[in-house]
Amino acid sequence: MADEAIVNASGTDSPAVHDGAGVDEGVRRRDFINIAAVSFAGVGGLAVLVPLVSQMAPSADVLAESSTEIDISQIAPGQAIKAVFRKQPVFVRNLTPVEIGEADKVPTSSLRDPQTLEERTKAGKKNWLITMGVCTHLGCVPLGAGEGEVKGEFGGYFCPCHGSVYDTAARIRKGPAPKNLEVPPYEFTSDTVVKIG
Amino acid sequence: MSFPWAKEYKPSHPLMQWLDEKLPLPRFVYNAVGAGYPVPRNLNYFWNFGILAGVCLMLQIVTGVVLAMHYAANSGVAFDSVEHIMRDVNWGWMLRYAHANGASAFFVVVYIHIFRGFFFSSYKAPREMIWLLGVTIFLLMMATAFMGYVLPWGQMSFWGAKVITGLFSAIPVVGEPLQQWLLGGFAPDNAALNRFFSLHFLLPFVILGVVILHIWALHIPGSSNPTGVEVKTESDTVPFHPYYTAKDGFGLGVFAILYCTMLFFLPNALGHPDNYIQANPLSTPAHIVPEWYFWPFYAILRAFTADFLFIPAKLMGVLAMFSAILVWFFLPWLDTSPVRSGHYRPLFRKFFYLLVIDVLVLGYCGGSPAETKYVLISQIAATYYFLHFLVILPIVASIEKPAPLPFSITEAVLGKDDQTAPAA
Repeated sequence: MADEAIVNASGTDSPAVHDGAGVDEGVRRRDFINIAAVSFAGVGGLAVLVPLVSQMAPSADVLAESSTEIDISQIAPGQAIKAVFRKQPVFVRNLTPVEIGEADKVPTSSLRDPQTLEERTKAGKKNWLITMGVCTHLGCVPLGAGEGEVKGEFGGYFCPCHGSVYDTAARIRKGPAPKNLEVPPYEFTSDTVVKIG
Repeated sequence: MSFPWAKEYKPSHPLMQWLDEKLPLPRFVYNAVGAGYPVPRNLNYFWNFGILAGVCLMLQIVTGVVLAMHYAANSGVAFDSVEHIMRDVNWGWMLRYAHANGASAFFVVVYIHIFRGFFFSSYKAPREMIWLLGVTIFLLMMATAFMGYVLPWGQMSFWGAKVITGLFSAIPVVGEPLQQWLLGGFAPDNAALNRFFSLHFLLPFVILGVVILHIWALHIPGSSNPTGVEVKTESDTVPFHPYYTAKDGFGLGVFAILYCTMLFFLPNALGHPDNYIQANPLSTPAHIVPEWYFWPFYAILRAFTADFLFIPAKLMGVLAMFSAILVWFFLPWLDTSPVRSGHYRPLFRKFFYLLVIDVLVLGYCGGSPAETKYVLISQIAATYYFLHFLVILPIVASIEKPAPLPFSITEAVLGKDDQTAPAA
């Protein structure tokens, strides 16, 4: 716009004459160059944001820590251990037949996040309940995996932060959490070793 | 920018005259907090808290910058470096306690400043922009305080970071990736600690910038006053210096006594013992609460326990918590009463005190464990909180019959005003 003012102020060159279109309100070639230049600079400016935003995402070394092997041979029925996967706790629990029975007799339609115990365990390994130890409300570590910890009124896990209660299949039954405890991707590499991630 | 009778800056010394021509910085100060800024003559002590907030900001910046000379923002050594400050660095214990208690002092002062604004309707035209900038400062303060609390890398730091960033995971679809992006990982760790340190260092200077805009916007209409009647003549005002520099100086002395009492005799009274345990990602403290200044908003967050329509309880809580502050942005247009001061609004005044009690109740519940009775009280108090701003204020403004206003500030102070037309 500044150059337009200069051109007009000189009185020798009106926009209409300048671009030869003969229309006063017409688009001049100079307008096109202005818009194209500013747009290109704008795209370039936005492109600079990509690395600035992306640098905050999890880095390669953080992502590389995303698999964990666990020896489960020492976990007796009724016991659970805490392992670490992606710097977060994982609960590996060897369910007793009673606990499996309790989980199975709950009609899934009555659940907030309907899932059966089968869907949350591997085929033929229904007693091995492997979940993240991260409450789906705001991320606290629920109690119930350690020896002597409160398991809550459904015999599974209890989150002390805001009072979410999980059952023996680690499904949400009461409290503010919206989802069941997450089942991470895992596989049995042998009968006694589980690879998480 | 000011009233016509404002004194003009007239430097007598040749050096100051030279400086005034090249860079009129002394003139700027003279017009901002010197004799060149006429201020209503009737300001009470609630008008001290703006200056006090500025003092707190400077206190936090100075102590923070020197603490940063000794602190190491690495999850492996952060906790130890704080203990190193406490035990080995010369005066380190005092600097850290000054900074930690300075944050609490800052929030005490700012809460009083905000409620002064509520009572005297300081947000009303022509001062809406001052108010909007002020709410922005408060939001920046909350972000800064939260990130600062993470830096010692104790248990409360870690789990506070986890819970607060967990709030973002409530957002549908993008929530989970957003949380990982904010943390730079799947849980708070070195990446999160480092960026929080970087931002905790930066944001106070952003706050300082917005504070300058806040004061700039204030100096266009000039300060409000306890009657809410605008300045009419010179007899309504006194120069800021020496009248209010003296009054603010006295207030600063009282503040310093209270602050130093906390700093030297009760330095950990507002902290949590759990934060002297190093962060442990595998064990959540039995009772996690944020710092006291977040309690009312934390109570609102926890008040939502059941899904509402199609919105999950978790998202509702997060939305409500942020709305509790965002509603302040709309205050100038929700309270439509033409009378500013609560002194002349009998009905409004009652609801103002109810709001104060309501926020105190919310604060108490927010600091208590998530037991049923506290959650129930929070639900009632949170409902009232929103009712106050969205329903009660507009209705009160339309049905209330305000008490008669004084003709001028001078009349309110002296009982008569010679300079203006005598009351008919």
